[in-house]
Amino acid sequence: MTQTPHLALVPGTAPAAAPAPETPVILEIEGLTKSFISTPGLGGHIANLFGAGIKRQEVRAVSGVDLSVKTGEIVGIVGESGCGKSTVARMLAGISNPTGGEIRYRGKARSKMTRAEREDFALSIQMIFQDPYASLNPRMRVRDIIGEAAVVHGYVTRAEMPAYVEDLMTRVGLAPDMADRFPHQFSGGQRQRIGIARALALKPDVLICDESVAALDVSIQAQVLNLFMDLRDSLGLTYLFISHNLGVVEHISDRVVIMYLGRVVESAPTEELYARPHHPYTRLLMDHLPTLSVERRTHRPIAGDLPSPLDPPPGCPFNPRCPLATDRCRSERPALREVTPGHISACHFDDTSSAEIR
Amino acid sequence: MSTDMMSKETRDADLGAPVLKIEKLCTWFDTREGTARAVDGVDLELYEGEILGLVGESGSGKSVTGYSVMGLIDPPGRIAGGRILLDGRDLTRLSEEEHRRVRGKDIAMIFQDPSMTLNPTLRIETQMIEAVRAHEACSTAQARRRAKDALDMVGIPSPEERLRAYPFELSGGMRQRVAIAIALLNKPRLIIADEPTTALDVSIQSQIIYELQTLCRETGTAMIWVTHDLAVVAGMADRLAVMYAGRIVEVGTTKEVIEQPGHPYTRGLMGSVPMHETRGRRLARIPGATPSLLHLPQGCSFRERCALADKACTRMPELAQHHQAQSIRCWHPGETDR
Repeated sequence: MTQTPHLALVPGTAPAAAPAPETPVILEIEGLTKSFISTPGLGGHIANLFGAGIKRQEVRAVSGVDLSVKTGEIVGIVGESGCGKSTVARMLAGISNPTGGEIRYRGKARSKMTRAEREDFALSIQMIFQDPYASLNPRMRVRDIIGEAAVVHGYVTRAEMPAYVEDLMTRVGLAPDMADRFPHQFSGGQRQRIGIARALALKPDVLICDESVAALDVSIQAQVLNLFMDLRDSLGLTYLFISHNLGVVEHISDRVVIMYLGRVVESAPTEELYARPHHPYTRLLMDHLPTLSVERRTHRPIAGDLPSPLDPPPGCPFNPRCPLATDRCRSERPALREVTPGHISACHFDDTSSAEIR
Repeated sequence: MSTDMMSKETRDADLGAPVLKIEKLCTWFDTREGTARAVDGVDLELYEGEILGLVGESGSGKSVTGYSVMGLIDPPGRIAGGRILLDGRDLTRLSEEEHRRVRGKDIAMIFQDPSMTLNPTLRIETQMIEAVRAHEACSTAQARRRAKDALDMVGIPSPEERLRAYPFELSGGMRQRVAIAIALLNKPRLIIADEPTTALDVSIQSQIIYELQTLCRETGTAMIWVTHDLAVVAGMADRLAVMYAGRIVEVGTTKEVIEQPGHPYTRGLMGSVPMHETRGRRLARIPGATPSLLHLPQGCSFRERCALADKACTRMPELAQHHQAQSIRCWHPGETDR
């Protein structure tokens, strides 16, 4: 495995300190697209003989997403269910293949990698899943769950494996003497730690956390979030943090990307985005930020549901739900533009100052 | 909203008798390893139109409390003691048939996952008409009209078409609204909502919270909102009760509990919520994990995770008044961490 030196993040610095601007880009995606095609199938073909008219349908789960992630950065991806955030994660982790676009890792395009390089790339991106009950094999002992992949890929020999696993377990806050147990003997938070240890066993550079804390109780969620921050400091990890919880994302991310119906609609450094949200969709989301304020909240619900990706609305994808929509929004799709340095947004009202829109 | 702004004092004056009064409720589960006291001596009161947030982590007994009120405790679980009074009538003494008549009529429940509540093979109207006619003799047409009105009430657009739909044709948020509409059908006195928004997107989540809150105010229905997330109930509930290991450890008005939490566990829960103010800092975490109900420490069940624990804590503290409506079960109420 090619190990380029990590950016040395000094332990003890403020955990959410964003990496310096000159930090190298570790992961870059350009025009990433994923379509799912449903064909009529045998039954459909027969039905079509009788005039059922079942057609081939194409769903664009992700269309043309650009993103670049710097070493040591935590990028949050936020959106409602069906916005394509998990599909992006799965393509990056190599679980599904993109239909179009390019993924670049340390400057090298995935399509131009040799087989060995592609394997290295696949190993250096690890994923942590949402449901710690479903993502661990119930018939395997924790030692094997964590250590198996490391042995298979030749990081350690089978003889070294127990010691290696013990070290990983300590690192994620699990007692090493529990290595002989099965997943059902652990609580939800502990299982999530097992999932994290399993990901770390392959010495990844990038961790993709797909709703990794969504299924946990708040107090356990806090423990896992703290662990993520510690691991970034000690191992220099880069994170893609996918969540629908704006509070969690604000807490942990350096930069936030907002997705809607398969596209990026806004992206900015976290402080900037939460202080000056630009896109109308982002602002509506911000109204639902979790707080512990006892003030009665004024609810300004986002009208309607997410439109079907089978039949996306013409023009701006958000126009049917947008309070500002004009005729232009219904016919012409706004491009992503830089509003202020580092802050991009895709809205026809980007030229208008935020104060005027509100 | 003006009704929301109604001050605590004016509400106190016309409270009247409580809709629900739970006294020393004990719900125990007999297992091979011993008796798990999932709910152990819970007292609660709920008045008309009031929303009570019942907060706790998995295993704290918050859901079991809800199920006990609904009469949904099956063996090996049993109600081992205490009373559940709904408008003065003790639900623990009802026969199964009597309980069935109360359930869905006087008390309704909304579950976390709407796809579990709805029968996937029946049209929405079939399920809703059935729910009306199970409790009341009326024509199908009348029941259907009631169903349509209920869908209207929860803000479902074109209810006439939705009535003909099957659950899979609706989005998750829509399905949860249908589940809420079914709960409202028979104008219940009390709704128990068990994490009804946890499975939903943020934007839908706050719509549902807003709608339920408005409905409770308008219809006078009392509601228990069971959740693990204080941030969800902080802006909605009138009162909060925090549960830990089967007992209520803190109860008070939302303002009291959020602004001056007295129990170390409540403070820990509040410190765990990631939000704007915590950005870039470590979250104050509660050390350790929820203890097994079979092996609770002697005395205060939180003491092994508590920074304030001392010798006094080896005896079980009582739930004692701390401030006006606020009561705390702790030997060191209101003390800040050492």
